[in-house]
Amino acid sequence: MSGSNHEHGHPKVGHVVPLWMLAAVWLALMFFTYITVAVTNYDLGNFNLIIAMAIATVKAALVVLFFMHLFWDNKFNALVFISSLAFVTLFIIISMLDTNEYQPDVFQGKAPALEVEAP
Amino acid sequence: MSESVVEHGHSHADEHHHHDHPAHLQHHFETEEQQFDASKIGMWLFLATEILLFGGLFCAYSVYRANHPEIFLYAHKFLDVKMGGINTAVLIFSSFTMAWGVRLAQLGKKTGLVICLVITILCGFGFLGIKYVEYKHKWEHGLLWGTHYHDQEAHGEGHGETAGVEHAEGAETVEPAAETTDASGATDELSEEEKDLTTIPVAAAGPSGTLLTAADDHSAGSHGDEPGMTIVPENVHIFFGIYFSMTGLHALHVIIGMGSIFWALLLTLKGKITKEYFTPIDLVGLYWHLVDLIWIYLFPLLYLIH
Repeated sequence: MSGSNHEHGHPKVGHVVPLWMLAAVWLALMFFTYITVAVTNYDLGNFNLIIAMAIATVKAALVVLFFMHLFWDNKFNALVFISSLAFVTLFIIISMLDTNEYQPDVFQGKAPALEVEAP
Repeated sequence: MSESVVEHGHSHADEHHHHDHPAHLQHHFETEEQQFDASKIGMWLFLATEILLFGGLFCAYSVYRANHPEIFLYAHKFLDVKMGGINTAVLIFSSFTMAWGVRLAQLGKKTGLVICLVITILCGFGFLGIKYVEYKHKWEHGLLWGTHYHDQEAHGEGHGETAGVEHAEGAETVEPAAETTDASGATDELSEEEKDLTTIPVAAAGPSGTLLTAADDHSAGSHGDEPGMTIVPENVHIFFGIYFSMTGLHALHVIIGMGSIFWALLLTLKGKITKEYFTPIDLVGLYWHLVDLIWIYLFPLLYLIH
């Protein structure tokens, strides 16, 4: 109850992000959002997806590092976060390898994007 | 350093040992810092599980899109990029106000914190509102999952009608208008026409109904300009199954996030949040940022397919 009224002189837990930094990150996020929509007006084939994902990753990095405070946090938190990403990446990559391997054979001609192997 | 652990339940206004025992410091922690660190780690671990949860859906997306790009190229046009873009802006702004709120909590500025939390919740409502509009539109036009999907070629695409063709396989059974009884009457008329306008025979379109017309090679985005026929791929409902599960699960998380922030708001109003103890704001903020993160990926993957 009264504990909160005392200035213990306990070390501040956590670093306080300056407001200008938060605002700058927000503006950067808006900017990248605009860019990612604008890019869809240009046809770059498969590159469109790569660019879209790259921009999304930059935005995500901004949110994670600054809004979620990971830049200043205990490095273990970052480890936890990166590990989850690593496992999702692994999950997707292995599934993609698997489906690319077998999809043409599953139903002939059912995967137009993939090479249909000659029987 | 000895803690006044034994004083559990007593009034803390009494004089203590050397260390004050802040009300918010739980007894199984030695210091506030340790408690704070533990709370943070716990939240990040939970966020990791959330990432894995959505990761499964992203994997489904990847596999289906790799195998059937024609479905995604065709179906994504039914999504409104403007709405998706506004939603993105709304969530990003709400992340900003949430992070600002955490800062204000750390500075002990209660009024500003309350304002930021309220704005964040309002942004959540805005997001859900736009989602509702989008979902409603899809419901009315039969842009749904599984067997509830209605073939779209009679309207909305801006093309002339497709050449009347037959469906080679029964992959898409068009349900009668029973599914859309609460839609406008126009949809009922649609159902009649839809039954005539189905998709292309496999032979005409090449293996497994690839969507390409002669002109429609790379720029599948140039829909509506082609007066000729648009080849509709099979199994378009898959896109909407993925769309609704991903955005639906995300919307559920938005709702949960809003509830959590509201809880944090109540704590703040009751005076429980201080410079020394702002952990609930911090953790609830982390959850909200995750919701934003997921949408940052959902938006380009669903709306900005090229």
